[in-house]
Amino acid sequence: MTTLAIPQPEVIQPGRLTLLFRYLRRNKSLSIGLLLILLLTAFTVFGMLTIDKKHAYPLSVPAKLPPSAQYPLGTDFFGRDLYPAMVVGLWQTALIGVLAGGVGTLIGVVLGFISAYFGGPLDSAIKGICQILTPIPAFLIQVIIAGSLDKRDVTIYTMAFIVVLLSWMGTTLVIRSQVLSMKERQFVSVAKLSGMGDLGVIFIEIMPNLLPFIAASFVGAVFGAVFASFYLAVLGLGPLREPLLGNTIWAAQSQGAFFNSWWWWPIGPAVAMVLILGSLALINMGLDELANPRIRRTE
Amino acid sequence: MADLLELKNVTKIYTRGLLSKTSTTALANFSLKLDDQQPTIVTVAGESGSGKTTLAMLLLGFITASAGQIFYKGQDISQLRGAERMSFRREVQAVFQDPFSVFNPFYTVDHLLTVPITLFKLAKSKTEARDRMYEALTAVGLRPEDVLGRFPHQVSGGQRQRINVARALLLRPKLLVADEPVSMVDASLRSSILETLVGLEKNYGVSIIYITHDLTTAYHISKSIIVLYRGSVMEAGGVDTVIKEPKHPYTRLLVDSIPWPDINRRWGATEIKAKESDQSGDGTGCKFASRCPFVFQPCKDVPPLFRLNEHHATACYLFEKNPLIKSEQLSELLPV
Amino acid sequence: MEPVLKVIDLQVSYYTDAGRATALAGATLSINAVEKLGLVGESGSGKSTMALAMMRMIKPPGRVESGQVIVDGTDLRKLTDEEMLKARLSKIAYIPQGAMNSLNPVMRIGDQMVDAIQAHAINLSQKDFKEHCMQALESVDLKRSVFRMYPHELSGGMKQRVCIAISILLKPKVIICDEPTSALDVVTQRQVMETIDRVQKFIGAAVILIGHDMGLMAQFVDKVAVLYAGRLMEVSSVRLMFTDPKHPYARALISSLPNLENKGVFQSIPGIAPSILRLPSGCPFHPRCAYVMEVCKTEIPELVTLDDGRSVACHLFSGRA
Repeated sequence: MTTLAIPQPEVIQPGRLTLLFRYLRRNKSLSIGLLLILLLTAFTVFGMLTIDKKHAYPLSVPAKLPPSAQYPLGTDFFGRDLYPAMVVGLWQTALIGVLAGGVGTLIGVVLGFISAYFGGPLDSAIKGICQILTPIPAFLIQVIIAGSLDKRDVTIYTMAFIVVLLSWMGTTLVIRSQVLSMKERQFVSVAKLSGMGDLGVIFIEIMPNLLPFIAASFVGAVFGAVFASFYLAVLGLGPLREPLLGNTIWAAQSQGAFFNSWWWWPIGPAVAMVLILGSLALINMGLDELANPRIRRTE
Repeated sequence: MADLLELKNVTKIYTRGLLSKTSTTALANFSLKLDDQQPTIVTVAGESGSGKTTLAMLLLGFITASAGQIFYKGQDISQLRGAERMSFRREVQAVFQDPFSVFNPFYTVDHLLTVPITLFKLAKSKTEARDRMYEALTAVGLRPEDVLGRFPHQVSGGQRQRINVARALLLRPKLLVADEPVSMVDASLRSSILETLVGLEKNYGVSIIYITHDLTTAYHISKSIIVLYRGSVMEAGGVDTVIKEPKHPYTRLLVDSIPWPDINRRWGATEIKAKESDQSGDGTGCKFASRCPFVFQPCKDVPPLFRLNEHHATACYLFEKNPLIKSEQLSELLPV
Repeated sequence: MEPVLKVIDLQVSYYTDAGRATALAGATLSINAVEKLGLVGESGSGKSTMALAMMRMIKPPGRVESGQVIVDGTDLRKLTDEEMLKARLSKIAYIPQGAMNSLNPVMRIGDQMVDAIQAHAINLSQKDFKEHCMQALESVDLKRSVFRMYPHELSGGMKQRVCIAISILLKPKVIICDEPTSALDVVTQRQVMETIDRVQKFIGAAVILIGHDMGLMAQFVDKVAVLYAGRLMEVSSVRLMFTDPKHPYARALISSLPNLENKGVFQSIPGIAPSILRLPSGCPFHPRCAYVMEVCKTEIPELVTLDDGRSVACHLFSGRA
């Protein structure tokens, strides 16, 4: 059978980077969200490298001073320099968010895969546990646990643990349903025909296609973790000595900052919190669109 | 003379429901033997629901039979483990109907070819692997530079199916299950893909089980044919005989409905017309009874195969004057 | 007899990230009432595009650049959106590919039929509406009880016949069927095609059958139009197309078809169809043509009418060789 050596008219495919930029232009929430996060990260990283971290803790600088050139965000009742406090607070919030979000997503992905791929009684068990735990009000449980801990035991890491406890179920169920549908696809059958075993199918064939879902779940988990750490701290249940953003607000409120016209005290963390949660939410919305195959794929 | 493949009274029943189990017999008491030394192309023809896809899944080892056994080179495939199972995997391959869904959208089309090369150790170096891929792609009429490195949605449907066939070529299987390989391909491209399949049999000794509902292509490439309806064999024999002189009412209906690209062979040449199933009866007896224009009293029982001549038999009581042939002997009817 | 449908110089382009593609280049053809035309071509040749263009259903990034679509004396392209809405289904009906899978799964068939003609403000009472729909169902050989059924209760062939019934509700002059039988087995396929045939004679419409199965064309249509890379290559009566095709592409197509006499002979067309984004210069088929001449590489052949009434777009017949 002959193949004619036809000079094939070249269809120039735009490069992947170009396509990425074009996509970002179309997906405004993703781009704005990413930009904000990038700015916040830059601020934090720059900050961590330039400040004196000790000033973020009480009794390090003169107290109750309004913003000035020396203390750009002013100081608080306890003698904290609020600018380093903000920087360290952002850093710690990021830590909790990524740690709790990451671990929660990891648990969800692993359980979701195992449940869907191997099926049977294991699947029913995992699905059942998820369905039972989901309606439990996580907020309530978190408050109870955090409230009953000895004040000295509450650290950033215990906070992250409390948050993870009831946050993995959603991811598990989402990943499970995706894997269930994907394992019936014909490219999985062909991979098996080509000699691939179960592990290969999971990691090489199915997992890469789930990256958008996993990314979206991760962002959602980080959002949840940051928000949870914030409201727990605002209630005074966080590690009080740390300059966590929520802690600062709690401290400001409990010392009557507004009555005493120390307006600069809660403003920083409040704005920071709005920006963090806002950007995460925007990224999540943007990723939702990416993960929905019907909307994307206009290459 | 060992048998390459032997299906012995294979039955597959699907049950549904927890309390009142409704069961569907997808394949009933099917037997077939393929010779190791004589590669051949056998068509398994039928419409959807006939059991042909179930047969493909059984042959590839994706599902297990409810009754009966399947032997590959003398070994029961449900008992294969380890190295023997790998070797079964390597030697029994498939080409599927939908050219698009066999590709993993995350990877380029190369992935379809590189995975088996790596897993079955078909090449000792990257260059050898590349050479093998180039060889297979050129053999199916593609220019490797045109398709390698592209994503599935960037190549046309015809090219995708050719890559599928190239994959089969690459693996040099002993048995190829081709499940409607050209039905989703444009009519103008079918010719070249079918030619490659026939080439596989002629030049590389691959036996092909060609599953289809399109009797035109079946006529063109296979030597023998088995007609299935609702899981049972209706007629079997040499493809020339069965298509030129069909005897079973179902086969006659199928053959008469073929849209031949020939203005001198129009539909309606014979009187047999399609009848809607009247949904009566309890499903025992001849499966075709509810649609058959010639149904009569004996059809209440399942008809056995009646042998009409050396390479032709049909399961229909209209021919009960002919000698019986057991379903296990089906292979004797198929010319090689 | 004035043709019931006249398409004159229809041009459709698609504006993509990678450039402008000419999906349909200046197509011209006509059909008479109670005539059946088959539009044949491979995927990407422009046949569905042509149907959508005739129905004014081309969405961005596609655009109908120019041309006229005259149905029963009215140029559809000159109508307002409101008028075109009325014209669809009443003057020209379209049964898209996979129509049977697009029936609303949660509505009864009868409700969907009524829904389809709602926009046309017919002055009939509810009862007469229903009666009209039931008669349409009967004309496609379905029982009246189907009116109250849901799509999942019907087989593939029956669903397709429901789609045909919907398309004839307002007795259009032209019915376009895009691959109506691609997912059906041969027996059901024949049933559906025979239904379309009967229904057409009943309402006196013209039918355009779009597909790539030449066998189906041989069995069903009166005239065949062959499209390649967005251009009409040949338009002939079905008899002439199968016994004496003139255009090299049509000839290669016909000789590659499997039939009862040529068992084991495979004559495929070498090479592959070009992408419409970068078409070859001159005649789009010239790189694969066995009869290629110098002029073919530079000049696009026009569709010329030969003595026997058919049209061919090839320099072998354009008098420019």
